[in-house]
Amino acid sequence: MKRTQEGLPLRLTGLLVAVAVLGVLCLLSVWLGSKSIGVTTSWRLLWHNDGSSEAVIIHDLRIPRTVLGLLVGAALGLAGALMQAFTRNPLADPGLLGISAGAAFAIVFAIAVLGATSLYGYIWFAFGGALLATVAVYLLGSQGRAGASPVRLALAGVAVTALLGSITSALVLTDPAALNRYRFWSAGSLAGQSDAALWRVAPFLIVGGVLALAIAPSLNSIALGDDVAKSLGRNLAAVRVVTVVAVTLLTGGAVALAGPLVFIGLIVPHMARAITGPDHRWLLPYSLVLSPCLLLAADIIGRIISRPAETQAGIIVALVGAPFFIVLVRRRRLAEL
Amino acid sequence: MTALVKLDRIGGRTAFRVAKPPVSGMLRPRLLLVNAVLTVLVLLVFCYGMTIGDYPLSLGEVVSAVFGTGDGGALFVVRELRLPRALVGLLAGAAFGMSGAIFQTMTRNALASPDMIGINAGAATAVVGGIVLGVGAGLSTQALGLAGGLVGALVIYLLAWNRGTTGYRIILVGIGVSSIYISATDYLLTKAEIYQAQEAMGWLIGSLNNRGWEQARPLALGLAVLAPASLLLSRWMRILQLGDETAKGLGIPVQRARLVLMLAGVLLVALATAAAGPVLFVSLVAPQIAQRLVGLAWPPLTASALTGSLVLLGSDLIGRNIMPDTQLPVGVVTGVLGAPILLWLLGRANRSGQGG
Repeated sequence: MKRTQEGLPLRLTGLLVAVAVLGVLCLLSVWLGSKSIGVTTSWRLLWHNDGSSEAVIIHDLRIPRTVLGLLVGAALGLAGALMQAFTRNPLADPGLLGISAGAAFAIVFAIAVLGATSLYGYIWFAFGGALLATVAVYLLGSQGRAGASPVRLALAGVAVTALLGSITSALVLTDPAALNRYRFWSAGSLAGQSDAALWRVAPFLIVGGVLALAIAPSLNSIALGDDVAKSLGRNLAAVRVVTVVAVTLLTGGAVALAGPLVFIGLIVPHMARAITGPDHRWLLPYSLVLSPCLLLAADIIGRIISRPAETQAGIIVALVGAPFFIVLVRRRRLAEL
Repeated sequence: MTALVKLDRIGGRTAFRVAKPPVSGMLRPRLLLVNAVLTVLVLLVFCYGMTIGDYPLSLGEVVSAVFGTGDGGALFVVRELRLPRALVGLLAGAAFGMSGAIFQTMTRNALASPDMIGINAGAATAVVGGIVLGVGAGLSTQALGLAGGLVGALVIYLLAWNRGTTGYRIILVGIGVSSIYISATDYLLTKAEIYQAQEAMGWLIGSLNNRGWEQARPLALGLAVLAPASLLLSRWMRILQLGDETAKGLGIPVQRARLVLMLAGVLLVALATAAAGPVLFVSLVAPQIAQRLVGLAWPPLTASALTGSLVLLGSDLIGRNIMPDTQLPVGVVTGVLGAPILLWLLGRANRSGQGG
């Protein structure tokens, strides 16, 4: 009891600090870029769009890009925390249920077979492919009398991912034009996405996020094992379905918008767990805030280090996030799943 | 006077005990049967794979050429071209399967495999670095891959060491380290000239095309040492699976056992990767298939090795025949062959003990 009273303000303060850092990163993301705009000018233009070229850069490029980073980062962080809780497996990433493989396959199929060329077309193909792959994994993993146990779902996800990945590489290897456009998407970047696409996908992400936060208390009892959770009165089947739906909406939307950046959803929940411990009522909000922090920071660094060119955010996320991650998990008393 | 071999029926299972030397164990008829069937299948695919190609041969001609008889043309084609390639497939598949079984048992995680916890990634970075930056010029791709895999594993082990390691921490550090390697590889690829990128991609997918004795020989030598060693270590492996505390209580030197097991698994996968490239998915799927075939609660080493060979050789066979003019690299096909088998086995299992 004493622990909770001491622990609550500490964790709340930590979360507030993380939110503040995220706010600063958002402002930095608007300020910094290959075209240098002064701090005061940026601040003024942020609130008053005077139609100058700097204002256009800020309002049409940098703000949508920042919002995209926020949404995609938050979605992947939440989805990763959900997947790890759901499968009770530290290796689970948001794409584990075949989601990113499904999206990648759908995009390559659209380019190579149907001849799609516009980025606008990719998004719905990616989203649809992600949904179909998840449904297939759920059906394949839950057949038989044992039902959908986490390990079986995870293995079914790995199998479907490998299967779709093989077909995708075969298509890409035999069609150089498809390879070229597919690489553009698969690098995983926050650049080059229109705000129209953003607003179309955002509702899915928001519904997924609400579902994820609502299911958090149930995930704590799931972590104790299926039998204990059942005896605590949890409806396992319902919790699983809600989790899968939330993960699919969050990851499918994020991958469709920014490409397969799922790695961020793999490491951020581990970082959050090292700070909060295994309670999902804290773990999920922390993942929700820390993940866009990492993504925006990586995106900003990627814009600065190789000006005027850019280094993809996906590469920087790993280079910046992984050492930090390793330091956290090296601690002696580590909260395990 | 006791009998030389004593058989007991305990709880529906048959145990045997030999008086001299003092050896005892459990007879598992299903394990023996599965191993026998897998061996036959592997041999069939191994020999059949050598019959097809631009110079078609019959199964009889291939077998006699392997043993050194037959006409000159067939002898050359089989012994110089097709046998080493098939051997690389056979041995690399076995090494991937065994290594996957070791890692999955040691970390008690069905999703753990050397390619998910960073060992292949180290090899890939070394090879791509060699191609793009010219690091270690003069060293063969094979040597670079081997060195990269071993360094990658060493880094993971050292970073995971904090007055001892746990399987859980090895997995987490492996995730972190492999992500650094992967992004370094991605970065190198974006900086490479297009012909270098193509060469690197060709190696990264994993293929048996153009593999000869210079790949097969070191692999065979390595496996001749590591396979028996791993079989001896499998006693520790199964007890480690019960958890560190229990294993310690049963008299296992936990940290030393984990180090030696990891070393065996890493050497196996590094040798195989150096020879065939980082073929994805075999080391993950082979132990899972084997475990479900034999109906045990852990992946058995021999059956995993045989399944690995079967998946790799079978995929190579498909990759060579599926398209009329091109030979698909084997790394593209392993998913197409391995995934449906695993899915079928998952669906068939009706007890959670088997479905796992």
